[in-house]
Amino acid sequence: MNTTWSRFNIVSLVIGFAFLYLPIVLLVVFSFNESRLVTVWAGFSTKWYVSLFNNKSFIDAAWVTIRVGLISATCATILGTLGALALTRYTRFRGRMLFSAMIYAPLVMPEVITGLSLLLLFVAIGFDRGIWTVTLAHITFTMCFVAVVVQSRLVTFDRSLEEAAMDLGATPVTTFFKVTLPVILPAVVSGWMLAFTLSLDDLVISSFTSGPGATTLPMRIYSQVRLGVTPEINAACTILIAIVAVGVVIASIANKRREVQKARDEQAAARH
Amino acid sequence: MQKLIASVVSRLVISVPYLWMVIFFLIPFIIVFKISLSQVTMAIPPYTPTIDVAAGWQAMVNSISQFSWDNYAFLASDPLYYKAYLSSVVIAGISTFLTLLVGYPIAYGMARAPATVRSTLLMLVILPFWTSFLIRVYAWIGILKPEGLLNQFLIWANVIDTPLNILNTNTAVLIGIVYSYLPFLVLPIYSTLEKMDYSLVEAAEDLGCPPITAFWKITFPLSMPGVVAGCFLVFIPAVGEFVIPDLLGGSETLMIGKTLWNEFSANRDWPLSSAVAVVLLALLVVPIVLFQRAEAKAQESEK
Repeated sequence: MNTTWSRFNIVSLVIGFAFLYLPIVLLVVFSFNESRLVTVWAGFSTKWYVSLFNNKSFIDAAWVTIRVGLISATCATILGTLGALALTRYTRFRGRMLFSAMIYAPLVMPEVITGLSLLLLFVAIGFDRGIWTVTLAHITFTMCFVAVVVQSRLVTFDRSLEEAAMDLGATPVTTFFKVTLPVILPAVVSGWMLAFTLSLDDLVISSFTSGPGATTLPMRIYSQVRLGVTPEINAACTILIAIVAVGVVIASIANKRREVQKARDEQAAARH
Repeated sequence: MQKLIASVVSRLVISVPYLWMVIFFLIPFIIVFKISLSQVTMAIPPYTPTIDVAAGWQAMVNSISQFSWDNYAFLASDPLYYKAYLSSVVIAGISTFLTLLVGYPIAYGMARAPATVRSTLLMLVILPFWTSFLIRVYAWIGILKPEGLLNQFLIWANVIDTPLNILNTNTAVLIGIVYSYLPFLVLPIYSTLEKMDYSLVEAAEDLGCPPITAFWKITFPLSMPGVVAGCFLVFIPAVGEFVIPDLLGGSETLMIGKTLWNEFSANRDWPLSSAVAVVLLALLVVPIVLFQRAEAKAQESEK
């Protein structure tokens, strides 16, 4: 390979990753700042974390967010997996074009449109806005992401495994739970994680569809940010980043382990 | 019996997610369209006419006859909206181009990295995407402020004497969009570049083709599907972006997502904000359909 190109590659990677990570690193660093100013370093302190944990509105918002996230990610995973199955397994059914459009469109739909349209639906059917409307809204937009993730796994799935199970007399439902699901499980799990973090992050759709008593953490952070930048927000952001980072690291370690195990099994099988 | 079960199961598998999307995605759009033809009033809900099915056919016909295109006429007559649509498209277009400029070399570098570090690099690109969008935008406020870290650094490095005013300008909005949407562009380009057959480039270089020409004649055209998908993933949501112009933009920043939000929350004009949404959707329908086709095609080709 040409050396100038590979040097160019390394430089572009270093600059690119610095651009991606520097803002987050700075945000985390200044959450430990003694001073009220988030841009002038005045010594190490954890006092903003203490004041954050004494701030009831933040804690309440965190609970709302976690509840919405867990419920909506779970429902979205079930619906999204069904949607992915419908798209890959049944290539011909009435309205398939419309269905695939409805799965792909929310991925790019501006959030203000999705949020406004869901709000108007809830108003039209007289559904009181609150934690349940936010949850329904989150299920709707995250299930499409789950569907796309699971679908990409399903298209490479070897269907003869399913046919074998059916030939041996398994019902379609048993076949799904005993054969299909174990194979696509990694995609289903990562779909759940994606849905959960998308729900955790969402500001615009939540703001439209939420009502009194259902303030999520991003909504809380947002209203605080509009009043000014404080180290307390940095501390809240740092905690969120830490939770996500721990989750991703655990997932990737689990993945690595499974791969190592698989390689070991294959070696053992080859030796016999 | 087996066949019967299979057909019931297949019907359920299709109809449950289908119905969900019809109720929570398609019908809401119809409602938005309907309300965009209504007028604002001081009531709950704050628009008129409302359709009451229970009131009978005649009453429904009466309320339907009250629908009007007034909101659309208003959008067309006030240059504010026209300018907001135009500047949203322009800002989204420029930032998509800038994201491509920043993202392509990263994706290329990743694809040509040794296979052992590739999965780590991939995780490093995805990781910021898992952290909150709001947090990533918020982080830039502290950097771009007049007394912020960027200005402190530039003054310390003797590049400038007086702080630059970046926060609350369109430049800040561009930086925010490029930063927030970068992974959306890097990932599809990376996946096409990773699958590419590099022996083609080697063959060209063996035949005396300079590396840059080989890149433009071979690598770039082959990565086009990824480039197209990535650009749509950045451009379409960026046109309707609300958080970034609101937090990083200033009074000069005119973007339609922010206008819609203001009409809705500050002025409580639901019919007008619905009309704004309908026009925005009409504007985006062509790119959305193109995106959906490209995705469906990519899925087909993987089979």
